[in-house]
Amino acid sequence: MIPLSWYIGLSAVIFIIGLIGFLVRRNLIIMFMSIELMLNSINISLVAFSHYLQDIKGQIIVFFIITVAAAEAAIGLAILVALFRNKNSIHTDDIAEMKG
Amino acid sequence: MNTVELFFAYFAVSMTLLSVLIISVKNPVHSILLMLVLFFHIAALYLFLNAEFLAAVQVILYAGAILVLFLFVIMMLNLKEELMSHRFINEWPIGLALGLSIIVFIFFALDKFNPNYKGTYTIEAIKAETNTKAIGKILYTEYLLPFEIASLILLIAIVGAIVMAKKEK
Repeated sequence: MIPLSWYIGLSAVIFIIGLIGFLVRRNLIIMFMSIELMLNSINISLVAFSHYLQDIKGQIIVFFIITVAAAEAAIGLAILVALFRNKNSIHTDDIAEMKG
Repeated sequence: MNTVELFFAYFAVSMTLLSVLIISVKNPVHSILLMLVLFFHIAALYLFLNAEFLAAVQVILYAGAILVLFLFVIMMLNLKEELMSHRFINEWPIGLALGLSIIVFIFFALDKFNPNYKGTYTIEAIKAETNTKAIGKILYTEYLLPFEIASLILLIAIVGAIVMAKKEK
């Protein structure tokens, strides 16, 4: 039997990799994919909790997270398409109008 | 090391490697294809944790819908310029240091964690009425209102995506 903390550790590692990817990449698409990575790592930890604490509500929450992730991807990519049409670039350092 | 631990070790190592590759390869198409492999690994991990319904949803929804959406958007963007330019922002060491410091904190806190709770859904109870039926029962009774709100979120996402991606007349 694998201890629960191994799953939490794996989930934490993937979450942090997603966080680093979101912070260091210039490309907006890869930043969106890093967000998906973070959401998936949370899903892993929730399913692991659901199995080890013998409560199926964790899997229900994963179901809702997947719904929200799909909505977020659709809206985010629509913003990306609109941005590329106006700016002709998807790099974060080309979009700095709000910078003081 | 027994077989179960060996399986978990394979999943842990390959998932970590895949995630590192996803955020570091230059071509976004490659990183999406690597993400497809990662999602299949995650689905296998769900099967490992007795969540068959979620494993199927992971493959159908994430691998089948969201990644295809990403691929379609990349098709519309200019990749030639992307392959020429820098991958990372100039301040990348700050982001890396921040992430690594958080992971150190998490790993110190990991073995202090001791859940002291046992629910009623044991493996035998779920096996008796199958995983999908157990999820469906609780989703349509106790979580009916959040379920309806989820449908509203999807509706807003559809309308928002169409409005934002539409060309101005």
